Amino acid sequence: MKHIYALLLGVLFGGILVKAEVVSWFRIQEMFWFQSFHMYGIIGSAIAVGALSIWIMKRFGAKSINGDFINPSPKPLHKKANLFGGIIFGLGWALTGACPGPLYALVGSGYGIMLVAILSAMLGVVAYGHLKDKLPH
Amino acid sequence: MMLQILAEPWPWYIAGPAIGLMVPLLLFVLNKSFGVSSSLKHLCAMCSVSNARFFKYDWKKETWNLMFVFGVFLGAVLVAKYVPSESLVGISDATAEKLSGMGITDFTGLMPEQLFSFSHMLNPATLISVVLGGFFVGFGTRYAGGCTSGHAIMGLSQFSLGSLVAVIGFFIGGLFVSWIILPSILSLI
Repeated sequence: MKHIYALLLGVLFGGILVKAEVVSWFRIQEMFWFQSFHMYGIIGSAIAVGALSIWIMKRFGAKSINGDFINPSPKPLHKKANLFGGIIFGLGWALTGACPGPLYALVGSGYGIMLVAILSAMLGVVAYGHLKDKLPH
Repeated sequence: MMLQILAEPWPWYIAGPAIGLMVPLLLFVLNKSFGVSSSLKHLCAMCSVSNARFFKYDWKKETWNLMFVFGVFLGAVLVAKYVPSESLVGISDATAEKLSGMGITDFTGLMPEQLFSFSHMLNPATLISVVLGGFFVGFGTRYAGGCTSGHAIMGLSQFSLGSLVAVIGFFIGGLFVSWIILPSILSLI
């Protein structure tokens, strides 16, 4: 059942990404050129809603539907990995005009060529998996 | 009426909070942290494409994440079928002008056909954008430990310092490509 819920939440997220034009290469270039507030407004207000919801859920000891307390663990700090990995992802974000969510949504929108980008991204993950121990973290 | 509203592109103040709501929804329904890019790793583990230690874990426990991204694909299919946006992507005139100056002539669809279509697959500009770009997305998100969802939205919602560093990195990389590299890439079209 939880896999069905995950699927439905994904459908919702994918639909929003397309309707908000977040999946558009044009919008990503516009964002990096600082020519519109659109993407900054989306990311900023998403963070505000996310942060407020987490605060409320923790403050009132909210439980998920399976009965466990909601207490998401923060991502660990790995300064070098966060920075260097972040820069490499940033290069890819501007080149493809898409982050991972939009990659899947673009395939669904009929851009079959983005399947090539997903396969290439998997190759990038494999490369990282092999080089991990040699990279600064 | 409802469908008509859905058919319009959504403004940031609707779309942003809606995306932000994915955070409590995933926590409440699945008790999982919002994130997309680890799905790429689970796909690799599922297909056993590598025997590196990095892929030796029980990916089946992460099936929810694969279902989630399959849903993202499906959501886009449904939008395209039932509530497609008919207008051009609403970029600013300044962006359209700048892109025109770099040789982009077709503004229909979500991304320029001149760059992102199988008929141009072997063009160096397309190879760089799709193949090299895709590689960087996969490598970079695993190295950084997250993408725009996991770091920028989920991470910053938790005031995580690592996520802040990662997001600064995203912008260093993205600004470098858009300002310095993109004109050269587009000149190859």
